[in-house]
Amino acid sequence: MTTANHFVLSAVINGEQRDFLADERDSLLEALRERAGIRGPKEGCNNGNCGACSVLLDGRLVNSCLVMAAEVQGAEITTIEGIASPEGLDPIQQCFLEEAALQCGICTPGFIVATKALLEENPTPTEEEARFWLAGNLCRCTGYDKIIRAVLKAADQKGS
Amino acid sequence: MQALKYARAASVDEAVQMLRDGGPTAKVLAGGTDIIVLARERRRKVELFVDIKHIPETTGISYDSSNGLTIGAATPLYQIYGNSDVVRHYSALAQASHVIGGTAIQGRASLGGNLANSGPAGDSIPAQMALNGTALIAGPNGRREVPIVDFCTGPGQNVLGADEFIVSLHFPHPAAHSGSAWERFIPRNEMDIAVCNSATYLVLNGDVVTEARIALGAVGPKVFMVPTDALVGKPLTDETIAAAGEAAKATATPIDDMRGSVKQRKHLSDVLTQRTIRAAAERARG
Amino acid sequence: MVATDKPTYKVVGTRPIRPDGTDKVTGRAEYGVDTRLEGMLYGAILRSPHAHARIKRLDTSKAEALPGVFAVATNADFPRVESGTMSIGEGTANPVWLVDNLLAGEKVLYHGHAIAAVAAIDQHTAEDACALIEVEYEVLPAVVDVREAMLDTAPILHDDLRTTVRARGVEPSANRPTNIALHLRLEKGDLEKGFAEADVVIEREFETAMFHQGYIEPQNGTAWWDRDGNITIWTSVQGTFNTRDQVAAVLKVDPSRIKVMPMEIGGGFGGKNPIYLEPVAAILSRKSKRPVKMWMPRDAVFLATGPTSATYCRIKIGAKRDGTFVAGHAYLAYEAGAYPGSPVGAGAQCAFAPYNIANQTVDGFDVVVNGPKTAAYRAPGAPASEYAVEATINELAEMLQIEPMDLRLKNASREGTLNSVGAPWPTIGAEAVMQAVKNHPHYNSELQGEDTGRGVALGFWFNGGMESSGTASVQADGRVSLILGTMDIGGSRASMAMMLAEDLGLTMDDINPHVVDTDNVGYNATTGGSRVTFQGGWVTRDLADQIKAQMSARAAAIWDVPADQVKYEDGAFVGPKERFSFKEMAGKLPGTGGLITVSATSKRNTQGPAFAGHIVDLKVDRETGKVQILRYTAIQDVGTAIHPSYVEGQIQGGAVQGIGMALNEEYVYDDQGHLRNASFLDYRMPVANDLPMIDVQMVEVPNPGHPFGVRGVGEVPIVPPQAAIRNALHDAIGINFYRTPVSPRVILDELLPKD
Repeated sequence: MTTANHFVLSAVINGEQRDFLADERDSLLEALRERAGIRGPKEGCNNGNCGACSVLLDGRLVNSCLVMAAEVQGAEITTIEGIASPEGLDPIQQCFLEEAALQCGICTPGFIVATKALLEENPTPTEEEARFWLAGNLCRCTGYDKIIRAVLKAADQKGS
Repeated sequence: MQALKYARAASVDEAVQMLRDGGPTAKVLAGGTDIIVLARERRRKVELFVDIKHIPETTGISYDSSNGLTIGAATPLYQIYGNSDVVRHYSALAQASHVIGGTAIQGRASLGGNLANSGPAGDSIPAQMALNGTALIAGPNGRREVPIVDFCTGPGQNVLGADEFIVSLHFPHPAAHSGSAWERFIPRNEMDIAVCNSATYLVLNGDVVTEARIALGAVGPKVFMVPTDALVGKPLTDETIAAAGEAAKATATPIDDMRGSVKQRKHLSDVLTQRTIRAAAERARG
Repeated sequence: MVATDKPTYKVVGTRPIRPDGTDKVTGRAEYGVDTRLEGMLYGAILRSPHAHARIKRLDTSKAEALPGVFAVATNADFPRVESGTMSIGEGTANPVWLVDNLLAGEKVLYHGHAIAAVAAIDQHTAEDACALIEVEYEVLPAVVDVREAMLDTAPILHDDLRTTVRARGVEPSANRPTNIALHLRLEKGDLEKGFAEADVVIEREFETAMFHQGYIEPQNGTAWWDRDGNITIWTSVQGTFNTRDQVAAVLKVDPSRIKVMPMEIGGGFGGKNPIYLEPVAAILSRKSKRPVKMWMPRDAVFLATGPTSATYCRIKIGAKRDGTFVAGHAYLAYEAGAYPGSPVGAGAQCAFAPYNIANQTVDGFDVVVNGPKTAAYRAPGAPASEYAVEATINELAEMLQIEPMDLRLKNASREGTLNSVGAPWPTIGAEAVMQAVKNHPHYNSELQGEDTGRGVALGFWFNGGMESSGTASVQADGRVSLILGTMDIGGSRASMAMMLAEDLGLTMDDINPHVVDTDNVGYNATTGGSRVTFQGGWVTRDLADQIKAQMSARAAAIWDVPADQVKYEDGAFVGPKERFSFKEMAGKLPGTGGLITVSATSKRNTQGPAFAGHIVDLKVDRETGKVQILRYTAIQDVGTAIHPSYVEGQIQGGAVQGIGMALNEEYVYDDQGHLRNASFLDYRMPVANDLPMIDVQMVEVPNPGHPFGVRGVGEVPIVPPQAAIRNALHDAIGINFYRTPVSPRVILDELLPKD
């Protein structure tokens, strides 16, 4: 097509070297979802206000809707699909299940990725710190109560 | 997203060349948290993104007690509030950086981007102005330095010429017995555009204010400096602080919009100015 | 827990991990927009920049000519449908309006009204093509306020609209165009006599803003219109059958030719009952011969999907000096959006529901304005009318010098009390909830700090019934597949599996629940009206009874004893001499006539409505007008909590949506009807650090009309917060507010000296 301007995007995604065609117009979110088939990151707003598309870019929490795909050439990306290990779920994921920290689940990938980043940086957050860190992730189902409990429980478990 | 191309600049000169070759629809891509949205929603014509994040000078933070602080224009905010020198000596900047957007935004957004957007409510701009910063600008005619107080010229407007971009921001070392503080008012506790924001830097000699720089945002067409005659050379008292707040309110020329009313913004200009003065003074007293 | 004779359960009331949980925490769960099909195209929609305009010219030729574009659709591509009334899940609609809302006909009626759609090779190209569509408008005056729309001088949206009158003694107005689609009246007792008997009469006026459900997942729809004329739709909606039937109506295709796949749904709260994209994607698919996927950008979600009504409510209550309510009148005017159909009827029935008022009249008006067609939003219609009543009652309590909860308790609706439509209440928990509020440690704690306040309010909402159907298959290994057709929007697969497990004496892990498409399960009405676990429990009870009966018969045959000598106890078939566990008996099914599959349908009308009482403490920053919620307690009669964690979650989530309405959320339109805040940035839903934990106390007054005592729980928690917070603000700063949201700007405006 005349408008398409494809390039080969090479990046390490969830620990695996991936090379696939993307469009120069694609955001990282679009490239992950519609080109690479990695559909865990969700589009909730496409302008950085909901956090459903949160991923780790070279270890740092970002909104994948606010990153151009072309920017991540050679980078390392972790999505929700890369949080569990072959041995089992990450304690964060387990705590989200146990604490019923999700209802519809659409915000869950973003919350879990953001929590992963939080606990890397601050393994023992207070409730206030957890709420502040996660303020960029909207949830409309839970009122956040059970999410915050799950995050604090995961921090406890990781610490012990 | 509109049709556009992406290019990665490895040096300042290469970035200038790319911008030049790209013409008016070539735009600098730093953190991208604003320009990507503008381009996607077709509110800004963009045909080329010039990524400046791979230029050594535009990223990173350097500090020493004689030269002060230099921050690459594209340095993400988390590195700024995560830097112990910034936190210790440039509190206003650390405070602003810590609450812009949410955590994920702070992984990308930058001071240079915030300044270049020149939004009247840009959260870091009052801090940059109160801390007497200077922007280092590169362009086809070489480099120039512009005091940040002179940088913005109107809503979304600034002194950047064609093919120019901000390389870094420099802040002098604060004086002894000085302190700075920043505050904003938003309806929620995060993820909002400021209804009013304020930053104050002041130097105390005992109880007397020897120098003061107060900047206010979201209450005029651009962030502006508040007159400090009510404060400088006077002891810091409830009365002088109130007078400074009154001066802020008098200087503010806000508009009514869905984010705030004239009355609310005028009032908040006073409140936030007083609050940042008190917080800065507390830090100055150490 | 207040329950008196609650049975002992083994599974019901426990907190197992939900069956769909792992997929949702690992990113594997597939929502509608995650659909990927071979050859799939991407769709985009061009929307109106005007709130009210005649389309003079629509030229799609440049879009069609763009390389990469496969199809363009406009209103003209829909078949001509007949005017009438059809169900759209929680509400009804005229198919003609449905079509015009999908892609505008002669006029656009709101900012963001869809005009044309494009299918292209990728999203970018589809958007490029939309930008090439030429539209010439004749801009018309717009009206976006309900009371202005009711004036004779208001711009008229529909030339053929006349007021339907369902009010005794009210003459239909002259035969001329109007924006008032409906005037309904509920009457009980003698209003005039009631007010004449009152010692005190209070009358107050209130306004509530338009609020959006704010689900994080935008509407989406993928359609494949195959060469046999069958349509398959992958979408995230509250009701697959509801979607199927609406699509069938607007496309004039037999419903049985449409299969709707139940993709996971990322929140709905009522807003994902109407259809927006599915038929458009189907038309684009028919034209392009390819599957077409569409989803809405967030601004379109705000602009063009159904929010709730903005309202004007006037409440008048007459009381005796001792606090006895003797008369109540409510005047409720609800915005419907661009087409008739606001939830004013439900708002009218709910307004005085918690209270026994012998003489009452409720007048409700359904009014069209130049905004998006409203949709159901959690207890649709109730938050506005009950907010107005609860606020008025608090002021009345102050006038009468009676403690606000005492005043409510004195007038509480009880079993047998006649409700607003003159029917007696069944067993209800209104009084139990009010008593629980009064006894709660929060209500009795000392409020500390300056400019702090405490507020309380009650809430009521129905429990929907409608139809549910399911199938269960016993597998030879002893597990049971449970096939459902109600969309699981917040944990209903878990609650259904738990109820079936309870009845079969099994564990939840023994039940394997699935929500399947419309071709593979019996008819199921939408997930809405707090009805799914209620009706689902009847279905699973029936399924369990059939399974037990059939397996008992098999056991009896093996043992050669009469069937009535086999009992099912604690998960085992017990005969006169022997016993088989459920698993053992399941293993014997293939050799004794084959595995067992049973189906059940239920359309019971024995619902248990629900009451809630919320207590809030807050602090006001007098310098900025900012409100901080310090403590929040939600008390609710839940009947029986099947999975307490998800019941608590519903209550917490509903309460926080109500907090958002109370403080910061609202649609902001300018004079010309342009929506100014179509984003999560400026439509300010609560974020994580705006809130404290939301404490929940579940009161369990089992619904006698349900096998497990289930009541609807999902909706009522959104009802009390606006009034509770408004009442707390009065306690904190002595100001009564008469409009929600009460944003910092509004508070500051009251606190600062007048200009």
